[in-house]
Amino acid sequence: MALNSHPTRLSARNITLGYAGAPIVQGLSLELPAGKVSYIVGANACGKSTLLRGLARLLSARSGAVLLNGADIHRMPTRALARELGILPQAPTAPEGITVSELVGRGRSPHQGWFRQWTGADDDAVAAALSVTGTLGLAGRTVDELSGGQRQRVWIAMALAQETEVLLLDEPTTYLDLAHQVEVLDVVSELNARRGTTVAIVLHDLNLAARYADHLVAMKAGRVVAEGKPEAVLTAALVREVFGLESVVVPDPVTGTPLVVPLGRRAALLGAGASLAGAPA
Amino acid sequence: MSVLDKAQLPAGAAVLGGAWVRERRKAPRRRRAWVAGILGAAVAGLFFANVLLGSYTVTVPDFLRLMGGAEIPGASFIVMENKLPQALLGLLAGASFGVAGAIFQAMLRNPLASPDIIGISYGASAAAVAAIVVFGARGAGVSLAAMGGALVVAVLITWLARGRGGTGLILVGIGAAAFLQAAVTFLLSRADTGNARDVMVWLSGSLAPANWQRVAFLAAALLVLLPLAGPGARQLRGLALGADTAAGLGFNVPRARLLLTLLGVLLAALPTAAAGPIAFVAFLSGPIARRLNNGAPSLAVAALVGAGIVLAGNLAAVNAIPRVSLPVGVVTGALGAPFLLWLLISSNRSNQGG
Repeated sequence: MALNSHPTRLSARNITLGYAGAPIVQGLSLELPAGKVSYIVGANACGKSTLLRGLARLLSARSGAVLLNGADIHRMPTRALARELGILPQAPTAPEGITVSELVGRGRSPHQGWFRQWTGADDDAVAAALSVTGTLGLAGRTVDELSGGQRQRVWIAMALAQETEVLLLDEPTTYLDLAHQVEVLDVVSELNARRGTTVAIVLHDLNLAARYADHLVAMKAGRVVAEGKPEAVLTAALVREVFGLESVVVPDPVTGTPLVVPLGRRAALLGAGASLAGAPA
Repeated sequence: MSVLDKAQLPAGAAVLGGAWVRERRKAPRRRRAWVAGILGAAVAGLFFANVLLGSYTVTVPDFLRLMGGAEIPGASFIVMENKLPQALLGLLAGASFGVAGAIFQAMLRNPLASPDIIGISYGASAAAVAAIVVFGARGAGVSLAAMGGALVVAVLITWLARGRGGTGLILVGIGAAAFLQAAVTFLLSRADTGNARDVMVWLSGSLAPANWQRVAFLAAALLVLLPLAGPGARQLRGLALGADTAAGLGFNVPRARLLLTLLGVLLAALPTAAAGPIAFVAFLSGPIARRLNNGAPSLAVAALVGAGIVLAGNLAAVNAIPRVSLPVGVVTGALGAPFLLWLLISSNRSNQGG
């Protein structure tokens, strides 16, 4: 597929989000760079998942608006929006007994309706999604019998089968070992490179986020404290502010992107902290 | 790409792509068609066994003559006014309960969330009894009261369990069921029926009160409601993924929940108005249908299982003890209770109800 010449823009304008009690995200504005991969990082309960849910209209903004190519997503019909914007929630659960091809096929739901039934194009989209996530060989199996890593890739395949211009992923590497984490993030980067899909990913792992991000967004207490290229944003001072953690930031030996090495009390106990802090870059 | 499951990929799958996926997608459908076909044959067999067998056995040639409009002394009355309407009522009520149960169980992702467990069927029953005993209602009035009662219970338990999730709803519903069962008993004790059979109808369900008017009314109502199960099943497939995923795929989750609840409530209330809350049919049908269908839910298979349970249960209830005709609900209740226990134990062990 050709690179999208008009990548889709998704932005939040001064949004306030929350559940029953006090707002979790307050007066936040954010523009996801069109056609790029953004990673949203922050400590637990900083509101990053809430922000993602707000961007995907799973949660209505109390004030402010989320704009897709300039149009308020809350004024768009849900199915029309689902053809433009896909979201994979954190730790989704598959219905019992569902097969992989059926689950991934559900990703085609927004492309169907009363008069538009399942077609060969849907089969092709499912096959392509299974293929890029390496799950084509699992198509006939039931999701129950898969390993955690396989299951997560099947869910990502479902989100890919939706063929949206914007893709939001909430902790897509949960339950995955390191090899599969890298695999999943590679798949997303390839998708972005091939189709120009605008992607936002909430991720716990700072180092993987720094390595894969075109644009890094750091959040604390419901607001954005820093955003930009990982090289420009990710410093020891930011890690201290966002996570309350002392660290040394060195260049990743493979990619040159920032690599956060936490100090921690054990390193200090062993007397390694001082030598690390002075370690050559 | 070393960690991908290349080893499991059959040769040529990547080349075939869409066609290969199409084959994988067809397999569950083919299985479902087989299951539905075999179940359909079994339900047909049970239906005719109900009509032809029993204390008064009718031969097939006699039955065909009766259907042709012939009068056979004795047989005419027993078949046309008794056995045939009972079997038809069992077929329709079972299918309706089966779909109602499967809708609620799939929507709330919990097999305990069936309308007979969470009080909706008893709501229909209590309202029907109140309409009969207090207001002297008959026919369509009883059905309307049952629908109203079931809807009120559905609204009430949803409101009481708001913010407590699916498990909260089920617990509130079990409480409502117990309360409404007591209400039925109270209302019947105030009435001058004094007839044990009437009491049994409204407490556990029976096909004994079947007549052509009830059959025709239920058939007409189901003719309107069951076609809605098609689009309903599509929405259910979305909701079964969880609210967030479904919304992300463009399903209007609140609207889908509302319409499916309405459909499920009506499908539970209508047969209750005609045959009482036949115990555990809604509860048993969905899980049995899933087991037969390789674990995947299917409203059509659940309808056939529901019809099969009621017809088989009635056959047993009528013929198990010589000269004693038990209400069908006694048999289905006896089958359902052990299943409920098994479900509670096994779901507790695996720490999930779905």
